[in-house]
Amino acid sequence: MPMTMSEKLLARKAGKASVSAGDLVTAKPDVIMSNDITTAMSAIILKDYGIERLAEPDKLYVVMSHFVPAKDIASARMAKTCREFVDTFGVRHYFEAGQGGIEHALLPDEGYVVPGDLVLGADSHSCTYGGVNTFAVGIGSTDLAAAWVTGELWLRVPETIKVVFHGVPQNPWVSGKDLVLFLINQIGDDGALYQALEYHGEAIAALSVEGRLTMANMAIEAGAKNAIFSCDAKLVEYEEKRAKRPLDPVDADPGARYHRVYEWDVTNLEPLIAFPHLPSNTRPVGEAVREKIKIDQVFIGSCTNAKIEDLRIAAKILKGKKLASGTRGVAIPASHEIWLKALEEGIIEVLVRAGFSIAEGTCGPCIGGYFGVIGAGEKMLSTSNRNFHGRTGDPKGETFLCSPAVAAASAVTGYITDPREVAGDDVALCQFSR
Amino acid sequence: MAELIRGKVFRYGRDINTDYILPGRYLMLSTAQELGPHCFEDYDPGFLKTVQPGDVIVGEENFGGGSSREHAPVALKANGVACVIAKSFARIFYRNAINIGLPALEVPEAVDDFQAGDAVEVSLEQGTITNLRSGRTFQIKPYPPEILEIISAGGLMNLIKQKQAMSAVAR
Repeated sequence: MPMTMSEKLLARKAGKASVSAGDLVTAKPDVIMSNDITTAMSAIILKDYGIERLAEPDKLYVVMSHFVPAKDIASARMAKTCREFVDTFGVRHYFEAGQGGIEHALLPDEGYVVPGDLVLGADSHSCTYGGVNTFAVGIGSTDLAAAWVTGELWLRVPETIKVVFHGVPQNPWVSGKDLVLFLINQIGDDGALYQALEYHGEAIAALSVEGRLTMANMAIEAGAKNAIFSCDAKLVEYEEKRAKRPLDPVDADPGARYHRVYEWDVTNLEPLIAFPHLPSNTRPVGEAVREKIKIDQVFIGSCTNAKIEDLRIAAKILKGKKLASGTRGVAIPASHEIWLKALEEGIIEVLVRAGFSIAEGTCGPCIGGYFGVIGAGEKMLSTSNRNFHGRTGDPKGETFLCSPAVAAASAVTGYITDPREVAGDDVALCQFSR
Repeated sequence: MAELIRGKVFRYGRDINTDYILPGRYLMLSTAQELGPHCFEDYDPGFLKTVQPGDVIVGEENFGGGSSREHAPVALKANGVACVIAKSFARIFYRNAINIGLPALEVPEAVDDFQAGDAVEVSLEQGTITNLRSGRTFQIKPYPPEILEIISAGGLMNLIKQKQAMSAVAR
């Protein structure tokens, strides 16, 4: 029976010739990822249950990202719980603060997840890895503990929604972020609940791998179980210097059965802004510009949009410019390597001279943790992924979501701004090849 | 599993995400004891003042969306919440709740019948939810065997321990 990408990958990992949507399978992951928050809780679960052995410690990837370097004494205690866990169980793939970064930027960027993998990730944005042709799904801490102990996990095979983006956006400042915000707006914040999103079309073929990772990252904001992109020449090239294991890509069979098919022409798509307090509450940047929305803080960071390409786009706009008076800037390159690259390319200097505060490799205000949480009545424009009440600080604050280009342009003016206003049409930075 | 749940209803709307249930700023806490006192802290400050063991959360679509934090269902359970009834659940919350032995019941028709403060009775054994104010009873769709097995064991880790013990005996 013909299968979608997700079905085919799950069949493979469950050791079955074929599976179809709705089946419950027990599958063996290639990568079991967790961060400081989820590792600590699962480590305590193991202790409570007196478990002394993990099935395959080498499949574990423990990445310290949320509250590192420790923001307070409780975070320091939590980080210690994680370190004791990796020492006790001999976990080799452990990424300390200052050596790793945010897991969803780090693992694909440094080739730890590769096309064809099944990734179980104890963080909702684990769907990110689908950008590099994996079946990647978020789980909680008990599922994580179970996967650590047994080396497998039961999964329901999701129905697949096929999304086809025709055309290539003509506005050079439109990015993967805008495509995914568009999708979430169209189908709603639970429009893909329990289901897989499989991306196709001219725009996707033209989009950079980093742009695809951004799109896959926000699949959860439509409730999706996972998102998956094909392994094309672009991805093979991306993996050439990165992949730490052989690629085993998966593609959809002709005649595969889709639960739904969406087709949109995105040739004329404009940059989008998700207004408070849902990522689906999206409007074109032009509407936001007309409302003259004063921004107290711009945040360029998170697992969604702080990869090197994102930072290059922001720096191109910010070069030689300053933050508007009354607007603060926070930038957090997503990993240590990305931070170093940004330093070498002069991006850090551009950001510092513009007046940004810089940290590295941590989630920062995206999760309302530290390094830029917002206060009551404040408005933040953020390249992150969620704008729920209280997500980024005081519940009476407001967060607007956008691409790095819109964030950088708005930092300069202090109001939500169309990048064309500040920087014109610089096609050299487009995330889409033409 | 067998006991009857009796309590009052906390009635919420759609998109009750895990940030509302347990704010991100407390995620450096990892145990039920530490997390319980922060449940719904910003979203519904009245919750902590009035919640009693056996109480039931009733929400609409997409309950538990957003972050994968198991801290959210753990915090609900720490306060004695006996089950969550909703029109639909975000998938990670659904798994997490069941994995820690907090029943998540998808019964859309029951949700519309409930108001805040209603007295409710839930029998997992008989698969029924009764609104003691309206007198109406709603059927819970049975769980598939794979999920029922987890619930019967009182959570996924209990089930794993049971299976490990059984395979040790078999050896």
